[in-house]
Amino acid sequence: MEKKVFQRPKYLKDAVFHYCPGCGHSIIHRLLAEVLEELDIGDKAIGVPPAGCAVLAYNYFDVDMGEAAHGRGAAVATGIKRILPDRIVFTYQGDGDIAAIGTAETIHAANRGENVTVIFVNNGTYGMTGGQMAPTTLPGQNSTTTPGGRDPDRDGPPIDLSQMLAITKGSTYIERTAVNSYKNIKRTKKALTKAFKTQMAGLGFSLVEILSPCPTNWKMSSVDAAKWVDETMTKIFPLKVIKDETGKRIDN
Amino acid sequence: MIGEAAVRAGCRFYAGYPITPQNELTEYAASAMAKLEDGTFIQAESEIAAINMVIGASMAGARAMTSSSSPGISLKQEGISYLAAQELPAVIVNTMRGGPGLGNIAPAQGDYFQATRGGGHGDYRTIVLAPASGQESADLTRKAFDYADKYLTPVMILGDGMMGQMMEPVEFPEPVDLSKLPPKPWVLDGAVGRPSRLIRSLLLDTSVEEDHNWKLARKYETIAREIVGGETYMTEDARLVIIAYGTAARIAKGAVKRVREIGLKVGLFRPYTLFPYPNRMIVEMSRFVKDFLVFEMSTGQMVEDVKLALEGRSNVHFYGRPGGIVSTPDEISKEINSLYHRRHLEEE
Ligand SMILES: Cc1ncc(C[n+]2csc(CCOP(=O)(O)OP(=O)(O)O)c2C)c(N)n1
Ligand code: SF4
Repeated sequence: MEKKVFQRPKYLKDAVFHYCPGCGHSIIHRLLAEVLEELDIGDKAIGVPPAGCAVLAYNYFDVDMGEAAHGRGAAVATGIKRILPDRIVFTYQGDGDIAAIGTAETIHAANRGENVTVIFVNNGTYGMTGGQMAPTTLPGQNSTTTPGGRDPDRDGPPIDLSQMLAITKGSTYIERTAVNSYKNIKRTKKALTKAFKTQMAGLGFSLVEILSPCPTNWKMSSVDAAKWVDETMTKIFPLKVIKDETGKRIDN
Repeated sequence: MIGEAAVRAGCRFYAGYPITPQNELTEYAASAMAKLEDGTFIQAESEIAAINMVIGASMAGARAMTSSSSPGISLKQEGISYLAAQELPAVIVNTMRGGPGLGNIAPAQGDYFQATRGGGHGDYRTIVLAPASGQESADLTRKAFDYADKYLTPVMILGDGMMGQMMEPVEFPEPVDLSKLPPKPWVLDGAVGRPSRLIRSLLLDTSVEEDHNWKLARKYETIAREIVGGETYMTEDARLVIIAYGTAARIAKGAVKRVREIGLKVGLFRPYTLFPYPNRMIVEMSRFVKDFLVFEMSTGQMVEDVKLALEGRSNVHFYGRPGGIVSTPDEISKEINSLYHRRHLEEE
């Protein structure tokens, strides 16, 4: 008897990703679709895609999707969730989207304890607009708007939004993971699962920050980009559970 | 007035950010939503957040609204553009104040262009309703929600601080039965037993965006045919007709009464839809009226629409007081009087 060991998850459409080879978005999409299926919540999920390389996420996820303006995902998700509290609402946002233009919306949604899940893809660059400095660009990292690399004295240091969100009383579960290795991908899936379980249990704001390679704008091979995440990015953005107040209220 | 009318119109979601002179509405919404089992009120962190929360609530199927005053409405324009693009219903109240910039908190009409030309980026319009009394505020609020749902578009109620402060007896319509409203087959509420849905505004294919723009344009034409409206007052035998909306129209009405007492044949036309603009009603009047006086609490914005409507058929004069100055009927009647004689209208 044949056994299928690898197939398209139920909540991914039969479409070809537009992402560059080695891009973290592709992996994260797949993980997210798998988690929606395994938790059996895809039929009641409403996703909010951003402006950014993932703007076309709605072409891939086979769940209800409502596009938000750049950075406003948390506010749109708030409106949806307040009207439909028994649905599963998530946003999918890049670092520029969430940690620059959408900082206020995100912090206040977390502080209000909005019972939504945020997927924060940190690739240290503005992918969609062609590699300008992101709020998370590392010191010394090249970008098209930081000649000679990001200079913290001139450009400010990278911002750690997840830590800021952890301070808010309304946030419940925040973890930083990566998708640059098998081990980290597994960990990311576990974190996504936990984030959605947090929402399903009505425990408040959950967020998974995912360090995600952007070989194109980092101007690296996929292999080097994966390595760079471990060797450089995690020094500034260490992989860890940043906040977990779920306690025994959800099974892990 | 608008708050209670909104609740009765079935509004179940309000998000807003404090700004004078419209805090009464936000505060009313806070207590009214708290009393409803299915009501949501959110004091947002900014006007940008508020309008985007309204977008979310609208995607989820609720009758949703936000309100603000001029500077805050500027911030909402991004969201209003998205509402128009995504064809989502929502009601936005602008209680205009003196500007530009922070300006002041006195009644003004300087946001006419912003309201009627779309306001945000892109090729779209917003339905704009301009009440001139408490009763009309209530009536037009009900209509605003109905129009928003019917035409799938944002609707703005354009008033000023004077209107907000008015104490007038109002008869509210019966609350709508939400279960009897037409279904919304586009709502995002989870793809149970149906294909997944998408609400978006990104249309990278230029021909698709062009089609969408034309579709919106045709919708605005339909709206213009179906809802356009204005009220005439003593225009039957008028040689001069004042055109004004909202608070300015109330003042102008007082002035018309005064000059009628001294025998001047003057009437008033008051548009209560500003987009669509009642062009045809003005053209109709121009068959008998050769002089129009547009009065606005601004340096002159609606006057451009009057000129566009008339296309040179009659003379268009303007009198304006911007910056939050509220003219008295006396002041306007003097203006009318002098124009009337300057134009030798008594001799015809
Ligand atoms: C108001 C507004 N400003 C700017 C843009 C242009 N823009 C689109 S995506 C983006 C940033 C993308 O970077 P990020 O959020 O990090 O996502 P990535 O593309 O890297 O996945 C910008 C600046 C926009 N769409 N809207
Ligand atoms: S530019 Fe970067 S983030 Fe965007 S698709 Fe390519 S690799 Fe991915």
